[in-house]
Amino acid sequence: MSAEPWQRAEIAGPKKALVFAKPEVVVTMVKTAKRPILVVGHEAVDNGLGEEKVIDYVIRMAKTAKIPVVATAHIFGEFVKRGFQPATWMSVMDITNRLQDPEWKGLDGMGQYDLVLFMGIPYYMQWVTLSSLKHASPDLKTLSLGRFYQPHATCSFSNFSLEYWINCLKVIIRGFEAK
Amino acid sequence: MPKKAAHIKIKELKTDIGVIKDLTLSIGRILDEKWTEPIGPTPFPSITDLREWDLKLLKRYKPMYMPFCDVCCLCTYGKCDLTGGKRGACGIDIAAQQSRFYLLSSCIGAATHVAHARHLTEHLIERHGRKFPIDVGGMSVEVEAPITRLVCGIRPRTLGDLEDVLDYVENQVTHLLASTHTGQEGNKIDFESKVFHAGMIDHVGMEIGDIAQIAAYGFPKADPEAPLAELGFGMIDLHKPVIACIGHNVPPAIEIVDYLRTNGLYGKVEVCGLCCTAHDITRYNPEAKIVGPISWQLRFVRSGVPDVIVIDEQCVRTDSLIEAQKIKAPVIVTSDKICLGLQNRTRDPIDKIVTDLVEAKLSGVLILDPAKAGEVAVRTAVKVAPKRKKFKVIPDVDEIIERAKKCASFGDCNDCRRSCPNDLPIPKAMIAASTGNMNKLASLYEACIGCGRCESACRAGMTVHSFIIKAAEKKLKEEKFKIRTGRGAIQDLEIRKVGSPIVLGEIPGVVGFVGCANYPNGVKEVAEMCSEFANRRYIVTTSGCAAMSVAMHKNEEGQTLYEMYSGDFDAGGVVNVGSCVSNSHIAGAAIKIASIFARRKLRANYEEIADYVLNRVGAVGVAFGAYSQKAQSIASGFWRLGIPVIVGPHGAKYRRMLLGRKDHEEDWYTYDARTGDRVYVGPAPEHLFYTAETKEEAMVMIAKLCIRPNDTTKGRAIKLTHYCDLHRRLYGTMPDDIHLFVRTAADIPITMKDDIVKILEEKGWKERTIPDPTLLPRLIRKRKE
Repeated sequence: MSAEPWQRAEIAGPKKALVFAKPEVVVTMVKTAKRPILVVGHEAVDNGLGEEKVIDYVIRMAKTAKIPVVATAHIFGEFVKRGFQPATWMSVMDITNRLQDPEWKGLDGMGQYDLVLFMGIPYYMQWVTLSSLKHASPDLKTLSLGRFYQPHATCSFSNFSLEYWINCLKVIIRGFEAK
Repeated sequence: MPKKAAHIKIKELKTDIGVIKDLTLSIGRILDEKWTEPIGPTPFPSITDLREWDLKLLKRYKPMYMPFCDVCCLCTYGKCDLTGGKRGACGIDIAAQQSRFYLLSSCIGAATHVAHARHLTEHLIERHGRKFPIDVGGMSVEVEAPITRLVCGIRPRTLGDLEDVLDYVENQVTHLLASTHTGQEGNKIDFESKVFHAGMIDHVGMEIGDIAQIAAYGFPKADPEAPLAELGFGMIDLHKPVIACIGHNVPPAIEIVDYLRTNGLYGKVEVCGLCCTAHDITRYNPEAKIVGPISWQLRFVRSGVPDVIVIDEQCVRTDSLIEAQKIKAPVIVTSDKICLGLQNRTRDPIDKIVTDLVEAKLSGVLILDPAKAGEVAVRTAVKVAPKRKKFKVIPDVDEIIERAKKCASFGDCNDCRRSCPNDLPIPKAMIAASTGNMNKLASLYEACIGCGRCESACRAGMTVHSFIIKAAEKKLKEEKFKIRTGRGAIQDLEIRKVGSPIVLGEIPGVVGFVGCANYPNGVKEVAEMCSEFANRRYIVTTSGCAAMSVAMHKNEEGQTLYEMYSGDFDAGGVVNVGSCVSNSHIAGAAIKIASIFARRKLRANYEEIADYVLNRVGAVGVAFGAYSQKAQSIASGFWRLGIPVIVGPHGAKYRRMLLGRKDHEEDWYTYDARTGDRVYVGPAPEHLFYTAETKEEAMVMIAKLCIRPNDTTKGRAIKLTHYCDLHRRLYGTMPDDIHLFVRTAADIPITMKDDIVKILEEKGWKERTIPDPTLLPRLIRKRKE
């Protein structure tokens, strides 16, 4: 499947993200990864349907899949308010930088990660950080779980309506629960 | 002035060996010995003279590249695919290509300031002569040009002296630009070193431009009590003819004011501006008005308020003529940088030009003589205003509703939103508008950066930006603020007063809010950050569009920050230095702390002064809305001087950051100048160029990046108080890296002692020494055997 970048002018290059055929693929990729990590930006508190915000889905996802969460910007406190302790606070710049370093020992001292999932980071900022990882970390798989297509990721959702996107997140959580 | 051309002419000379007639001897330039300070190691440095210093910085702050796209398309070999480690046809890889692009952009920025400075200097020399003295602060400012003294090793005394400096910086920009050609530099770190050089050159250019105009136009001279000026759309008197000056080069605007004064029209015509010309016109005449930053251009023009638009240079919308034509306002372009396809009428009689504009025979003219442009602008405005009657192109509400219905009929195309830099929910607002609800359109106003991309993208031809402006009309008209006019330099006396508390850390930092208005959430966030740090008794400086943004926020008593806080360069001050070129005074203040307070040699001694600033002066620049190449080169100049810069989220598109790794202990050693020992000093400052995702992240990082190795225990405790307090308040947790910044128990803030001691115990912290820090072995006073 192919998709277009959400922001019209942001044309990538020859190497573009694969589009998840269905959300269950995310579950499979995380299950087969040795060391996955989830990076969550501040927009996870801004978006949502009704009472539930994206951060609530993130927490469920992290708990069920047992993935460490890196909270960026000022979102750490929002996790804590919801009774969830992220693995750490780290800025998008710092985590992107560390993910490029093959010698980095990771948050737990066990070594570099092989799969990173991103959510809640402003589209254009996510665009360039995924590009950074694409070029500097060829062995790292990057999954964009945001609502809009990110061509610099390894795999990304297509451009979704809010409702459909939330539904995809629910499917992913159910997939992890069934693990 | 240390350098002069020497020309000796001898009509007839009789000697023992013969007679010499009509001998002319030109020596070129000789050093003037009037300045007794010994010249340092790097006068007029070439591209490579400061490379060793750059490499020291770049070893600690390594570039992290964030390519905008995967290819290089700079030459006809391309496009070249640089993914997966591939190299282009010329051999370049993706990292070096990003550095090259960064250098190219920095050269654009530096060239823009340097060309501006050249233009200004030539114009002012023409008016006042080469011997016109450089005075930027009378007895209060002895070091009139700290950057020029530091970089070039000369002390400019007159306008004519500035020409030598400009010769040098123009030469350097040319060399730097040459290195970006295909088949030149190929190493990313060497490109980065050249970026630093471009930034340093840019700072010299800015300084020359600003000191020339301060001296010659009589702008406020290092005056903390520079007058307040009016800012905002609502401040403009719509009953008068209005002349709007847009850009960054003030001579035509000044000629407008002078013509009004000399012809009895002063007060009868409204003179206002956008961007830095607005700053500079209020520095000349505080009764002139500032409309706002660059993002206000489109909304102001479409509102129909300006009767004549005078354009000079830089950050001017390139569709200005098209927009002006829509409101039937004549345009006068005044710079060779921006001609917009208009006829050059510089040599034509003024009466004829005015007639052609008033009778709309021409939509605009190019006039390269500022005085003539000024007279034409005034006379045209006076005659055009009654004809135009503030003709505008902002639709009324009924029209918006009807057109919004048409938009709704196009379905869920989302073209407007997908072209909006801030991803604003325009489609939902249009749907609401189609039902008569303007609130959602109005709510977009504050975060709209006024780029107009939504309109260009719209397949139905909706003038979306105009709709937003109409919906938010009340807000726009209520924009009435006060801004302190740009004061220019920082006084030597002020430096003497604050030098010690800054270097010792007791004033927690100097924060410069600078740059453009490409904000993620509107101007208010900059004002909020500014207020936070002024309340915390940091020294807050502002310039350019950011200085205007800071003014666009009032407290409950209706005061702006410039009314609430003093303009002193002191703890808790909010100091507007002026326009973009005035950024040089912020860098200049850091340099003067090293020179005046610490008595380090200044003259052509760049490396030592930068080493001092990096290790001791807790200064950080914040360009939260930076968009331009100029902002980029300004940042680059700060980096070489050891001052970190934080940009807002859009700044990530500058495509590379300079990041430290606090987890790499080996990166954070300096020499102790007293003993020669290598000492761990912690990650201070942690980064040199950093993108913050949000205002909150920027605020925590500002406090952190003000930490310096030289802080006294008292100073460090104060800085850590702010860092921990902001971290706890905005992130809801204590920082997990506090152990890296606590050197001795005395560094621990008393009010947070229990929390911090607990963290230190968990981390296995051990006390360490506080050195006299330097990265330069030559500054070690006692070498280890």
